[in-house]
Amino acid sequence: MQWVFPIPMRMLRMHFMVHATVGLDIRYVFKIRANVQTYILRKDEPMKSVGTTTPAEMLDLREENQKSVQRVRRQSLKTALIFWSFVGPMIIGLTVFFYIPILWSLILSFADARATLTPAGWVGLGNYRAMLGDPEFIRALVTFTIFAAFIVPTTLLSALGLALLVNSVKFAQGFFRSVFFLPTACSYVLASIVWKMSIFNGSSFGLANTVRHTVGLDPISWISSPNPPWYWLVLVTVRLWLQLGIYMIIFIAGLQEIPRELYEAALVDGARRGWQTFRHITFPMLRNATIAVLLLNVIAAFQAFDEFFNIMSGGNQILARPPLVYLYNIALSDQNYGYGSAGAIILTVIIVIFTLIQGRFLGFGRSE
Amino acid sequence: MAQDQRLFTTPLSRRRFLQYTGSMTLGGTILAACAGTSGGGTTSNPSLPTLQQWYHQYGETGTHEAVLRYAKQYSKANVKVSWVPGTGNEYPNKVHAALLGSNAPDVFELQNPTVDQVKAGLIEPLDDIIASVKSDFNPVALKPLTINGKVYAIKMINDMGMIYYRKSLLQKAGVQPPTTMDELITVSKKLSKGSVKGLYIGPDGGVNALSYILGWAAGGDFISDDNKIVFNNDNVATAYEKLRELNASGGVLPDAPTFWWDPSAFTQGLSAMQWCGLWAMPGITKALGDDFGVIPFPAVGTQGKPATFFGGWAEMVAAKGKNVAAAKEYVKYLWIDNSNIQIDWNVGYGFHVPPRLSIAAQASKLKSGPAAQAVGYLNQYGHATPPLWDAAMDTTLTDAVSNILKNGANPMTALNRAADKCNTELQTLLS
Repeated sequence: MQWVFPIPMRMLRMHFMVHATVGLDIRYVFKIRANVQTYILRKDEPMKSVGTTTPAEMLDLREENQKSVQRVRRQSLKTALIFWSFVGPMIIGLTVFFYIPILWSLILSFADARATLTPAGWVGLGNYRAMLGDPEFIRALVTFTIFAAFIVPTTLLSALGLALLVNSVKFAQGFFRSVFFLPTACSYVLASIVWKMSIFNGSSFGLANTVRHTVGLDPISWISSPNPPWYWLVLVTVRLWLQLGIYMIIFIAGLQEIPRELYEAALVDGARRGWQTFRHITFPMLRNATIAVLLLNVIAAFQAFDEFFNIMSGGNQILARPPLVYLYNIALSDQNYGYGSAGAIILTVIIVIFTLIQGRFLGFGRSE
Repeated sequence: MAQDQRLFTTPLSRRRFLQYTGSMTLGGTILAACAGTSGGGTTSNPSLPTLQQWYHQYGETGTHEAVLRYAKQYSKANVKVSWVPGTGNEYPNKVHAALLGSNAPDVFELQNPTVDQVKAGLIEPLDDIIASVKSDFNPVALKPLTINGKVYAIKMINDMGMIYYRKSLLQKAGVQPPTTMDELITVSKKLSKGSVKGLYIGPDGGVNALSYILGWAAGGDFISDDNKIVFNNDNVATAYEKLRELNASGGVLPDAPTFWWDPSAFTQGLSAMQWCGLWAMPGITKALGDDFGVIPFPAVGTQGKPATFFGGWAEMVAAKGKNVAAAKEYVKYLWIDNSNIQIDWNVGYGFHVPPRLSIAAQASKLKSGPAAQAVGYLNQYGHATPPLWDAAMDTTLTDAVSNILKNGANPMTALNRAADKCNTELQTLLS
């Protein structure tokens, strides 16, 4: 079983994105390195002599051999350089921006650290006890478990549906793929502001309310009214709009890896196009893509921040406050870094547990 | 299988080179922009100390040019001004984070210093520069800036909030400006006609705008002078219940593209009244001429009194800066000695009340009409919380009021629970 930690999962997301869009990822770099080496070795293989060799020829051959060894060494130094120039920055970045902060956060979570990043005194598990006894933090966790239970299947099904649709289009497939992928390039903050101020504004001239007005309905305050909780519609739609593209691309990549022969064979055997081939060929063959999307999605749901922070401001925050927004308040507004770190570690542990459970049931990372 | 294993399929052409370097330069610019800082200030003189100064982004036109001008006028240091964008707590949070690093701004504005910052030795006491003129500041204004008897910030501007009303709309509806909370509810309802609503208090039902105001208007307070949490009483609870009633009355504009601190909803005719700050008055005058009046937030209940906040921004000095003495000198120049800058900054763009009483008396723009009324409200009804009331307590109170308003929580239960949490925090701060 593979241990997958939350932060590297974010890197994994990037990794998928790069793989899907540019076709270049770290595995590819490894592959390049291996291929370059075999290529060089093949090229420099010495000529085989047919007859017996004279001592002079032997000497020549030895010299030739030495030269080729040197050449290979030079070449492999070059490939190593290329390899590290690709991988090095990522490893440095991971260490500096992820592993050290995580470790530091773990240390701070056992300490009293207010308005300072160096522990001012040790409090043992005090921060953890206080955090787990904080009803607002617990409420945030519960809300977001429910949120995850809803958003994950919704995103998964929508992305899969979209991928199947786009993949089956006979013309302008690249166009549709780009159109649906484009929102991924949009900033969460920007989209949140558009959703909040323009589309779902509670005043009479918000887009949604204008539409309601034309059919003779009263305006709704989408974001601030607690009952019915329309704000979930706002939050879910902005998240779907932003996220579907990337997951769709992962599914399309998966779809394009399915060998056509399978479908042909199935058709010969009398399978019907549509549900039957989807049920027995497409979906099982998409297993890895589905698992990846599922894992990334669960983590993304627990790490939700941007759209909630930007849409649910002031007194509306309490209606849908993700754990991260709550921790942001503690750590950045109140500068209580020890307490905030304890919350972050608790959240990390929850995400790791969820990931492990999923890994166990879905067999992510298990060899085929 | 991939046949071509080379990384660059073609040798680096001149055009390709330009593309790459161009995108790198662009990337660098974007990265630099992420820092949210734009340089500016004096043309540097190598023999003088260099000071980094941070402002949050003020909304009024001309403010950015003004601070660059002030920095340029100063001859004893090279001042580099950063104009930091962001709404809500984003600017203060950026300052909080920067103070922990090795490259903190030397001089920066915040609404108030915190006890934790003092304990951690992050900020410099400024008693030596304020001592000679301390009596020239309103004691309420000094309260949030004083920790353990030491003053840690020099007030740059005093802010206050009040209710703006549209005279013509009130006349048409045949109502007088409200003088009690109950009247505010009935008047708001009467003023609501079609798409125009009676009152705008922000898109969150007034939690952000009025949580503190309501407590004070009900005759209560949040933390007493002898450091006790005192907001969990019937008067304050009733005030929050009234807020619920106000929101349910149908007289409140539930949402607008801007928050309460921007007067757009009022000036564009979405609401007949709005809770907003004195800072917005020049903009409102420009949009509506003299078709507006102001009232303080009315008293709640029999023991109440009208209320407003004694807010604003104050200049502080980072204790770990490289040029602490020069930074203090600069703060003194700006906000103690230079009356021209203080008047320009307070009434040249948005309206604020100069913190120095002697200078406030010279600000002619605040001497008549609604502006003069506002100054009167500030002096008569202004409240502030002391530094012991910190951000954690603020979050706790906001959560409690939100719960009362949005989730229908019992006001007294919610306040008691919040008071317990605030007490725990208070004990930590006092220890």
